[in-house]
Amino acid sequence: MQTKRMTFSNNWLPYALLAPQVIVTLIFFIWPASQALYQSFLRQDIFGLRTTFVWFDNFNRLFADPLYLNSLKVTFWFSVGTTVLSMSVALLFAVMVNRMIRSRDSYTTFLVWPYAVAPAIAGVLWWFIFNPSIGIMPYMLKGFGYDWNHRSSSTDAMTLVIIAAAWKQISYNFLFFLAGLQSIPQSLIEAAAIDGASRFKRFWTIVFPLLSPITFFLMVVNVVYAMFDTFGVIHATTEGGPAQATNILVYKVYRDGFVNLNLGSSAAQSVILMGIVIVLTVIQFRYIERRVNY
Amino acid sequence: MASITMDNLGKVYTGNVRAVSDVNIDIADGEMIVLVGPSGCGKSTLLRMVAGLETITEGTLKIGDRVVNQLEPADRDIAMVFQNYALYPHMTVFNNLAYGLKNRGFKKDEIDRRVREAATMLEIGKFLDRKPRQLSGGQRQRVAMGRALVREPAAFLFDEPLSNLDAKLRVQMRVEIRQLQKRLGTTSLYVTHDQLEALTMADRLVVLNGGRIEQIGTPMEVYLRPATTFVAGFIGSPAMNMLPTAYLRGLVAADALAHMPVAADLVGLRPEDLSLAPAGEGEIALTGQLMLLEPAGAESHLHLTFEGIKDTIVARLPHVPDVQEGSHLTFSIRRDKLHPFDQATGKRVA
Repeated sequence: MQTKRMTFSNNWLPYALLAPQVIVTLIFFIWPASQALYQSFLRQDIFGLRTTFVWFDNFNRLFADPLYLNSLKVTFWFSVGTTVLSMSVALLFAVMVNRMIRSRDSYTTFLVWPYAVAPAIAGVLWWFIFNPSIGIMPYMLKGFGYDWNHRSSSTDAMTLVIIAAAWKQISYNFLFFLAGLQSIPQSLIEAAAIDGASRFKRFWTIVFPLLSPITFFLMVVNVVYAMFDTFGVIHATTEGGPAQATNILVYKVYRDGFVNLNLGSSAAQSVILMGIVIVLTVIQFRYIERRVNY
Repeated sequence: MASITMDNLGKVYTGNVRAVSDVNIDIADGEMIVLVGPSGCGKSTLLRMVAGLETITEGTLKIGDRVVNQLEPADRDIAMVFQNYALYPHMTVFNNLAYGLKNRGFKKDEIDRRVREAATMLEIGKFLDRKPRQLSGGQRQRVAMGRALVREPAAFLFDEPLSNLDAKLRVQMRVEIRQLQKRLGTTSLYVTHDQLEALTMADRLVVLNGGRIEQIGTPMEVYLRPATTFVAGFIGSPAMNMLPTAYLRGLVAADALAHMPVAADLVGLRPEDLSLAPAGEGEIALTGQLMLLEPAGAESHLHLTFEGIKDTIVARLPHVPDVQEGSHLTFSIRRDKLHPFDQATGKRVA
């Protein structure tokens, strides 16, 4: 794309215009990030009296720690679960809403509301719904013979946090999918109908492939969300338990740093997270622009 | 190969919006029928009703011997070419052509044979591995045609297939589509808003206005004897001129217009029927002031004002005359070239 080149008559004006953004980035990103990087090489004694520079020892210990490896595994399943659940439900809603004509806008409005709810509130909401003593869901599940208890069952706990985290994200995915569906020319669907494809086949051979750029974009966004923005959900529902079953990486950073006061290890974990974010962002920018399916 | 019979077809949308009414057309096997009319006349709706993309709310539609009112588009044995081509952007040209055959469960080698045959016929053989976006407008048009061809359907439906092409390509594709249709002998229904396309391509053309048929006939029938003032104004370019009969009666001897029916209070004159030659036997002389001379190479259009007539009258001459704008010119027209209409009903009288 050709960008218009702007020339300033004054030399310091462009710098002044850029300054607010640069200052914000420096104070809220570069500085804390470099602090984390620095701290990840340090180790303090229990009383915080002595700090030693230990090079990569914090990282070495992490990757030897079964709890950390478990957290990686938990994070992986949590991200996959949240992404798959929120995207498939959102796609289903988008397809259904897209078939409506007059009521489309009101449905869209209602379906977007959950996005305005803070993750912690969403967590509390689902915590109530699934509360083993007072919740409605365990009561109903009992009717089907299932004894729900996310305080003791790690599967139940994981299911709960995935539902709570995915619920919020459905709105966001829904909007993108709906916009994507509306950008597919109606004549393509009609041509496929004349070409003898059933409704089901039309969706999987025409609509879904044409949505693939959006699907890919949402996949990255959702993985990033599940890995980094779900602290509130975990904190409000399971607090990482039972027995580390829902202790995802971001939550472990908080626990190890602020509860267990192992700042060196916590910093090392955040550095690893930072690395993951960078990789995901690179993937997103690389592929979003290039890998368009058609 | 099949005939198509439309019996009192009509379409009313929810909310009582009427799009098409009382359409009766019998399309013979192998015939090319062109539906023509201004935008909003219901021609596309009618085509989509035949395709099965719009429900039919009135009347019956038969393709061959089957009543197809309730059938899905896929079961009507028709193929359609869309205005924007509607090629599947994520599939190669080959797969675009093969898609309809695969869905119908054809064998792989049969699909391959048919696709290659169609590709050779349309000269798109070397593009089979490309995606639609790598093709030019004309090539995409051919692929869209190919997708209709491979199915070997009972009828082709064309929805303004040439309107996205530039003028030169449009003429070329027009010829190719017509030749192909004649060669294959497939019944075709072709929608266009372009009267020239309609005249050149049709075996018979159907002029639609406001969801109703104004006239059905061969191109020359419609051109030479337009049934209504609407058809007279729509078919032919520049459009037919309309003059009140009273104006002509004031110009000529009383018996000169004796052949005109009494009800005819409006007279149509084709621009090319006006000539600069002096009026002879059986001709009427008309004098007007030349407002604008449009030379167009082999011909010229003269825009004239007649005393007491609000509308501009256009004359088309097969040469560019040496005349000054603003001068008064006298034209002659043969009396039997006048088209008599009844202004109130808009219908042709005799």
